[in-house]
Amino acid sequence: MITFTLNGSEQSLDIDPNTPLLWAIRENLQLTGTKFGCGVAQCGACTVHLNGQAIRSCVTPLAAAQGSAVTTIEGLASAEGAMHPVQEAWVAEQVPQCGYCQSGQIMSAVALLEQNSNPDDAAINAAMSGNICRCGMYGRIRKAIKRAAGESVVGVFDPKANAPQEVSNV
Amino acid sequence: MSKLGKWSRRGFIASGVVAGGGLVIGVALRQGDRRGDVISAVTTDGDELLNIWVKINEAGEITAIVPHSEMGQGAQTALAQMLADEMDAKWSDVGFEEAPASDDYANWALGKGFILGSAAVPEALVPTVDGAFFQVAKAMRLQITGGSASVRTTGVHGMRVAGAAAREMLIKAAAGKWQVAESELSASESVITHIASGRTATYAELASSAALFSPSPTPKLKDIADFKIMGKHVERHDIPSKVDGSAAFGIDAQVPGMQYAAIKAAPVFGSAVASVDSSKAEQRPGVTQVVNLGDAVAVVASGYWLAEQALKDVDVKWTKTSNDGVSTQSMREQFTNDITTAAADGTSTADLELGDFTAAFASADRVLEATYEVPFLAHACMEPMNATASVNGEMCQVWVGAQNPLGFRYEVANALELDPENVTIHQHFMGGGFGRRSSADSAIQAATIAREVGTPVKLIWSRAEDMQHDIYRPGVSSKFRAAVAADGQVLAWDNVYHEKHEPAEAPVIPYAITAQHIHHTDSPTHLPFGPWRSVDHSQHGFFTEAFFDEVAEAAGEDPYQLRRKLLKDKPRHLKVLDLAAEKAGWGEPIAQGKGRGISLQESFGSLVAQVVDVTLTDGKIAVDRVVCAIDAGFAVSPDGVAAQMESGIIYGLSAAMYGEVSVVNGAVQQTAFHDYPVTRMADSPIIETYIINSGEAIGGAGEPGTPGIAPALANAIYQATGTRVRKLPVSQYDFNYRIEETEELG
Repeated sequence: MITFTLNGSEQSLDIDPNTPLLWAIRENLQLTGTKFGCGVAQCGACTVHLNGQAIRSCVTPLAAAQGSAVTTIEGLASAEGAMHPVQEAWVAEQVPQCGYCQSGQIMSAVALLEQNSNPDDAAINAAMSGNICRCGMYGRIRKAIKRAAGESVVGVFDPKANAPQEVSNV
Repeated sequence: MSKLGKWSRRGFIASGVVAGGGLVIGVALRQGDRRGDVISAVTTDGDELLNIWVKINEAGEITAIVPHSEMGQGAQTALAQMLADEMDAKWSDVGFEEAPASDDYANWALGKGFILGSAAVPEALVPTVDGAFFQVAKAMRLQITGGSASVRTTGVHGMRVAGAAAREMLIKAAAGKWQVAESELSASESVITHIASGRTATYAELASSAALFSPSPTPKLKDIADFKIMGKHVERHDIPSKVDGSAAFGIDAQVPGMQYAAIKAAPVFGSAVASVDSSKAEQRPGVTQVVNLGDAVAVVASGYWLAEQALKDVDVKWTKTSNDGVSTQSMREQFTNDITTAAADGTSTADLELGDFTAAFASADRVLEATYEVPFLAHACMEPMNATASVNGEMCQVWVGAQNPLGFRYEVANALELDPENVTIHQHFMGGGFGRRSSADSAIQAATIAREVGTPVKLIWSRAEDMQHDIYRPGVSSKFRAAVAADGQVLAWDNVYHEKHEPAEAPVIPYAITAQHIHHTDSPTHLPFGPWRSVDHSQHGFFTEAFFDEVAEAAGEDPYQLRRKLLKDKPRHLKVLDLAAEKAGWGEPIAQGKGRGISLQESFGSLVAQVVDVTLTDGKIAVDRVVCAIDAGFAVSPDGVAAQMESGIIYGLSAAMYGEVSVVNGAVQQTAFHDYPVTRMADSPIIETYIINSGEAIGGAGEPGTPGIAPALANAIYQATGTRVRKLPVSQYDFNYRIEETEELG
């Protein structure tokens, strides 16, 4: 039995602990926002947070989540349902095309911004190059990250915070 | 090239799925009642269907019913813009839904656009022509998203006309209600106003009585100057669901009682299962069945991972085929031999013969020769192929993302020998399409497996399966000769290649060279062909625009200036080319180790010029910037057009830099993104897009960004390195060495 929190709520799963976290989330817990892309940690579509760190859930065994906090794309919104500032920036920059990779892109971007509130291009490249977008929306993703960084001066991504509006540093 | 030529190719491609097809009664905007089954499919209580493309409900919500699938291109929003603007509807009232996979949505506008071209329909014939071609489209089971066609065919022939016709019907209804002349009424923001009295009625109030009128097939359309919503930036409808994880892709389908399947198909196309030993796999936990599909083996289990693990324990022997000895090298030798032979013995088929090219070559001061090559390519959609299916007796349901849902319906029905009426396709978002999701292969597999095991089944291909059983952009060789006079005049252009698909005009150049011979032959392989973003333009854009730079050098001209000179009678081309050159700073000095290249490509009704800047560092090329200019006639959704340029460029850049599907012993070798690399954040260039609204017929956007990136890149690399890149991908070159004669590269 593996016990962990998923987006704040406690979950217990009595399945093979070697099951990749991706499939436990998608099939056993039926949250399908986290995507299967390659199964070998090369594309980033399956990115979730494990205790705040961006990980590739397709190669992370469920056992690694024991006693930990897992956050998926469905867990980013505020308790009131407001979009996370990074999600809002994604809408403002009209980032998604097909949208399939975007859960993973956003989870990588949120993890980046939580560790580096004002990343430069090199930091963005380093944090985001594990996430493939076959629709090629890299320029928009970069802008959206900078927009989110510019708009989150107060606190770290508290959606309720009344962050001052700054011109994004694109 | 004749328009009829296009029709026969389209018909050929669709002929596999033609299955009888009854008489069609009417089309979206034809006089008379042709609503029939459509009402039950798309209306709920309180809705009145004005015509096939639009419905208005009692709350005043206007829904565009769109016969195209969403795979990233965002066309639904642009189509809704076209409808709403012509209708004078309030933009916030307008939503859209995808048409169900029903014959009533067979894509008549697409058929008409492909077959006749937008200019070829005399207005007086529109009702007849639409009816005739609706039948053609229906017979072909077309409900295709492809050919960059959503906006330029369905939008132009369907949405705008539908919106304008709806507006006229609403005005008629108000005129009748108030007993006033139609000319005394105006429409704006979903409200009809009687100007003299100030009386108003909303579209919602008028919808029921408007539906009693027959829509006009030739309503008056707005002039560009009167557009209120077209050409303006609106946010895409589908984006919020794509940033909060709620968008439902095919792989996300949840069906009660479903099991999961993993699959391995024969490594060599054409091979079949010789024997299967599934005893070990069947003992694994969660596994319920191993299914032999003849050319593939699937494991069904209570979870996908359990199925995938168990698949490794299935011992399959495959039959030998005549393709087992085929390799990338053997195919390349075959291509070279076949084009050389066809050109030499005159068995090639001409695309274009212009002037006396034989005499021109004989009189030339200099004849330039080069052979260009592109490799096979996979689509590598982010969402691997998958489908979920349920079969109960004669009834079948499939949950899938399809570029042609109606075609999928017939293909699944044919494969399972079911009545198409009993097959339902539940269309989902596609995690990338690019042409790949025009094939129903995974849907047929899922349905076959589901019938075998008796429960619903979600089939998911592994990434390796997706790479190794794609329908491929073919590997192609293209041989050029150009004749140049002593004074630098370009006298003749000769080009022979193989593997002709669509569009027919892909190898045709826009330049005024008086003698031209463009011809092709066949050189079949066992790898299945698939349309790959921009189809034949994806290779010919590279071939012709890169070789053109060689011609410019031989003629002693700047490549941009020679293009200008040979386009002097094509002002639309010139304008696009000039804009890209100007914005990129063409003509400025370029530093050592840097390069700048240009290209121009007309495809899918749009003109695109690109200028690429590269930097050479330690023998490696980095792409710094791409400046792109596009004339798509009129950009209904300017940000959507820009996004499609960015997307098409990165898709083409991935292929140009890294893309290669290789074959050993008949089998595709690539398995994931380490051996099929794609462009990532760190190596993605800055892309600037500039849009020209020329007012010409609306062109496509989804594909035209792709063909021009490879040649502009190759031309930039030549300036930076002195090496002519005649073979893709670029990653096979080591630019520490200047390659004077790339013909020998191997």
